[in-house]
Amino acid sequence: MKIVIINYGAGNIQSIKFAIKRLGFEAILSDEEAEIRTADKVIFPGVGEASSAMQKLRASELDKVIPTLKQPVLGICLGMQLLCNSSEEGNTKGLGIFDVDVVKFSNRVKVPQIGWNQISNLKSGLFEGISENEFMYLVHSFYAPLCKEAIAISEYGIQYASALQKDNFYGVQFHPEKSSTAGAQILKNFINLTSHV
Amino acid sequence: MLTKRIIPCLDIKNGRTVKGINFLNLRDAGDPVELAKFYSENGADELVFLDISATEERRKTLAELVLKVAETINIPFTVGGGISSVEDVETLLNNGADKVSINSSAVKNPQLINDLASKFGSQCIVVAIDAKQIDGHWKVHLVGGKVPTELDLFAWAKEVEQRGAGEILFTSMDHDGTKNGFANKALAKLSTELNIPIIASGGAGTIQHFSDAFIEGKADAALAASVFHFKEIAVEDLKKELKIQGIPVRL
Repeated sequence: MKIVIINYGAGNIQSIKFAIKRLGFEAILSDEEAEIRTADKVIFPGVGEASSAMQKLRASELDKVIPTLKQPVLGICLGMQLLCNSSEEGNTKGLGIFDVDVVKFSNRVKVPQIGWNQISNLKSGLFEGISENEFMYLVHSFYAPLCKEAIAISEYGIQYASALQKDNFYGVQFHPEKSSTAGAQILKNFINLTSHV
Repeated sequence: MLTKRIIPCLDIKNGRTVKGINFLNLRDAGDPVELAKFYSENGADELVFLDISATEERRKTLAELVLKVAETINIPFTVGGGISSVEDVETLLNNGADKVSINSSAVKNPQLINDLASKFGSQCIVVAIDAKQIDGHWKVHLVGGKVPTELDLFAWAKEVEQRGAGEILFTSMDHDGTKNGFANKALAKLSTELNIPIIASGGAGTIQHFSDAFIEGKADAALAASVFHFKEIAVEDLKKELKIQGIPVRL
């Protein structure tokens, strides 16, 4: 099993690497196209600001590589948001996999949302063995509104899509690597997905 | 629904936990990694590591500790104590810390908050504020509460929010160590006037104190050290009771 974490200088990659190690696998960090294309599973992390993250992807031409990947890809947090059409954060275009525009939480709630919130309406093999209303750890100011690609819903002032899926692309707004044993189960499910490379 | 967080705080000196810790079931209660693992498996929502060492080696020791903690636990953790530069923060985040907490360095150089928020994102920048009441006014104190400043707690809290802090960790020096409850009035004022999460710290003695901090104090999270370390309150029992009282918690 070859697991590659896309390393483009955005985000806390160490924690994802350690979480995968706890499951008994070694993940490789890489920004090389050849390495990424030959992976069985690709993890697309991200923490920070959307427009500067997109700039980093463009600079390394990963913005052209990622949308053409055929193996299961998991975007985490900002990684998920960058797989969407666009983000209100820095008014940037995204990679356009998920047909939804990322927007900011209104000031009626505290921003960022920080902490453990529930996921429900679970609709994907990614959530095998995960109970409805399981708690996940989230830290974010922007969110993907409900859309047809939503495979999990959370509520913070409004209901929004806390996970998305289209074909081989998966995205989670929460941090499975920081979400205790349930989060580890989701990462394990992702690693166990059938690959069609 | 977003839940209220319970955060045990570990004081670290030269890579070891300090402040008498009474954990008979741990092989080495002074090992922060073991203690962190215990809390992460027993209901803590998050952990804070506060480095109080004063040696020249502190940076390196802390960076190594963060790496070991990140390797071991699967819940988020914040690291604070003596952090004063973008480089410090970069090392700690790269080693697996989820957030960093800055205190005196933010008062001395408020621009640091802007610099950190723009480079790493607000979500990982916690500004810790220690304050106590002087003639009825909440004044910010530095160096673990020893040095008073002219800064007003609420004005400073608003400024750090505007500069990009993602969270505020407010410790009332008047309540810290008393076990008489949190500074709920000041907490409620912070929580109402600001639009970022507020972590309550200082004064936890009973389960009811936590409940009061969430209901009267409107806090988003509550931090404590000794009541957890001395097993006066187990995190899981605390959360069960909070749930009975109708406070949303992760169980």
